[in-house]
Amino acid sequence: MDESQAIGSGRIWFAAGMRGIFSLPALMLMLSFVGFCAFTAQAGIPVEQVVFMVGAVWALPAKVILVSSMLSGANLLTAFIAVTLSSIRLMPMVAALVPEIRTEKTPTWLLLFLSHFVAITAWVFAMERVQAVPREHRVTFFAGFGITLVLANMLLVVIVYQFVAEFPPIVAGCLFFLTPVYFLASIWKSARHPVIYVAMVTGLAAGPFFYWLAPEFDILLAGVGGGTLAWLAERTWRMRRGVSA
Amino acid sequence: MTVFEGWWIYVFIAIAGWLATDLWRWLGVLAGNRLRDDSEVLNWVRAVATALVAAVIAKLILYPTGILEHSPLWLRLASVAAGALAFFIGRQKPAIGIVTAIAVLAMGLYALGF
Repeated sequence: MDESQAIGSGRIWFAAGMRGIFSLPALMLMLSFVGFCAFTAQAGIPVEQVVFMVGAVWALPAKVILVSSMLSGANLLTAFIAVTLSSIRLMPMVAALVPEIRTEKTPTWLLLFLSHFVAITAWVFAMERVQAVPREHRVTFFAGFGITLVLANMLLVVIVYQFVAEFPPIVAGCLFFLTPVYFLASIWKSARHPVIYVAMVTGLAAGPFFYWLAPEFDILLAGVGGGTLAWLAERTWRMRRGVSA
Repeated sequence: MTVFEGWWIYVFIAIAGWLATDLWRWLGVLAGNRLRDDSEVLNWVRAVATALVAAVIAKLILYPTGILEHSPLWLRLASVAAGALAFFIGRQKPAIGIVTAIAVLAMGLYALGF
């Protein structure tokens, strides 16, 4: 393949990723962003700050925590700690995605740049769809989807911000509830490894348990504890059956 | 509210929001670059990542913010249970589960006078 052909097929895969904006995951996320927009509008945060936040932070749970910290008048250090604790999960998520999309030749700086576009939706979408993409085009495909999704949601916030404050409470409540329900369904559907099902169940149980036990570190403890438990259980089962990962 | 004015708030969002999240993404790239995609370590990383996301989901359902903070827990759990049931009956189509869960929640909120 000569260079012009490589660039041509790169464009095709970038565009294929962009078309992911018309998928169910992207639609669900955009509806969740309308819900987030209602939350910030009620809190009195100006639209330009909300747009900046969407582009800069991207992960929805981290933004909810950031806004809550801002509203409670937290200082910079306190807000940083709250947000960063909630975002530790991004590390294993990115670490699980990177081996699926990179090739021997993928430069690390490109992965560092593209990692910014990883949040739950893009992660679920990518883990599900990259299998159907030739390995040398997976990074391009992810870039097309991730960048488009962030820009589309920044634009969405600009457009809907002025309308959301007048949403009836039922609509606002249902929009908020879309996020957890959508995550549940799509992670279960897209799981390609048995360990995912086990980890999903242990994580759901471990979340409230650790919130009760140690609320400051609940998500982290639930992830490492619940995840390790799930891995051990699935591994034991696999060893007994004599099959590989 | 003075806290939301001026350049300071952008610095605040950049440090407490941007840096606080991208830090972990960058560490994830550095860690992920060392993992083979068929290794047992990656299997453990997958399990931890999934359990973390599941814990976030459980918290969003059990301890929501905004309007839902005032909705009864049994209604939220019933919505998720109905959605899960429809999801598994409907050959694991996400849309079926999501629409069912939201419909049950909407009817419940309406019946409760929200």
